Amino acid sequence: MTCESWQQKLDAYLDAELPEAETRELDAHLRACASCSSQALTRSQLKRNIHLAGKQFAPDPEFRQLIQNSISPKASGRRWGWMVEAGIACAAVLLAIFGSMVWLRQSQRQELVGELTDLHVATLASANRVDVVSSDRHTVKPWFQGKVPFTFNVPELQGSPFELIGGKVTYLDQNPGAELLFTVRKHVLSVFIFKDSPELDRALGSGGLVRRLSFNMESWTDGGLRYVIITDAGRSDIDDLRARFVEAAR
Amino acid sequence: MALDRDKANEFEQLAMPLFASLYNLAQWLTQDRTEAQDLVQETYTKALKGFGSFQAGTNFRAWMYRILRNTFLTSRTGLKTARTVSLDDEDESQPVSQSTNETPESLLLARADRETIQTALQELPVPYREIILLCDVEEMSYREIAEALTIPMGTVMSRLARARKAIRQLLAGKVQGAYR
Repeated sequence: MTCESWQQKLDAYLDAELPEAETRELDAHLRACASCSSQALTRSQLKRNIHLAGKQFAPDPEFRQLIQNSISPKASGRRWGWMVEAGIACAAVLLAIFGSMVWLRQSQRQELVGELTDLHVATLASANRVDVVSSDRHTVKPWFQGKVPFTFNVPELQGSPFELIGGKVTYLDQNPGAELLFTVRKHVLSVFIFKDSPELDRALGSGGLVRRLSFNMESWTDGGLRYVIITDAGRSDIDDLRARFVEAAR
Repeated sequence: MALDRDKANEFEQLAMPLFASLYNLAQWLTQDRTEAQDLVQETYTKALKGFGSFQAGTNFRAWMYRILRNTFLTSRTGLKTARTVSLDDEDESQPVSQSTNETPESLLLARADRETIQTALQELPVPYREIILLCDVEEMSYREIAEALTIPMGTVMSRLARARKAIRQLLAGKVQGAYR
């Protein structure tokens, strides 16, 4: 093969596109031919210089970001869409947590109200409604000493429509408490007094009138004690008796 | 038809590494920064839309460059180029004659600096500039170039030979002119 023929194959040789057999032959020719070897060196240098010179234009980072945003499934509207989806999911979880807390609290409240109502009904149905029978508050209060882990004041009822029947020890959720029985115009009122606890506080909160099985219930805390009135009497009587207990506790 | 999220992710993974190269090629073709940006943006938009029909296993780089080139050829600058330069009227059967006076050319080419090479590339007709960039700058194989330009392998080899001869002559003339 002549030098001219070999030189026509130099580009393919330098581009690594020449078949293996021809590459070996050309290698051998270049080692022997100074003219072709010089030509190969020149073209190789030019190829390398074009490679370097050809990388002339670089895009702006802002333009790159623009293109990236335009094709990325995570970008632009889709990113906001994802955030909205995540926000909705978080809100749903929070709502579920809040909802279960409310449900749990309502459930605890209903359970406690139900238990207190049962205690009141059991007292009404009992042949011996109270263990200490006395209309004298100075008799009833001392009777509880040593029986419950707290003390309390019984209100002065003189001149009021209320009458004290007596009291007995009761238990709520295995905690001892006092149950005082009153009457007002033939209606019977149970006043439960317990040591306040976080469980009672969570279940009964700050109180407010609650109706269950046509009984009315009012609850409040004072001096670390939880007071609960349950009766079939009206709200005004409940409020009246409550005010007397609050006054007595001062 | 919109791509699903996985397909769009796949496109992003394949296409973004080519961004700098495609931009460089675009500016070499258009010779204008703004036009190059428009060309690249349109290329990515078209490619994303058409990615559903891209056949896995075929050359993605060649496919992207083909979209860029076709987009360029239908642009205002591309149409102007097509009117002034015939892209495919080369006689592919004729071997490219080699210079008979290589030694002086070799000496001149050795003195061509980066700026001179860039000027010579700019002055080359688009089909020559393009094929030199794909081969020497992007280091594409002849097969990839054939795919990107949708021409036969034989045409790749003959056009490349003509393009190289053209740039060698341009460079030799520039360097010789500079030393007169």
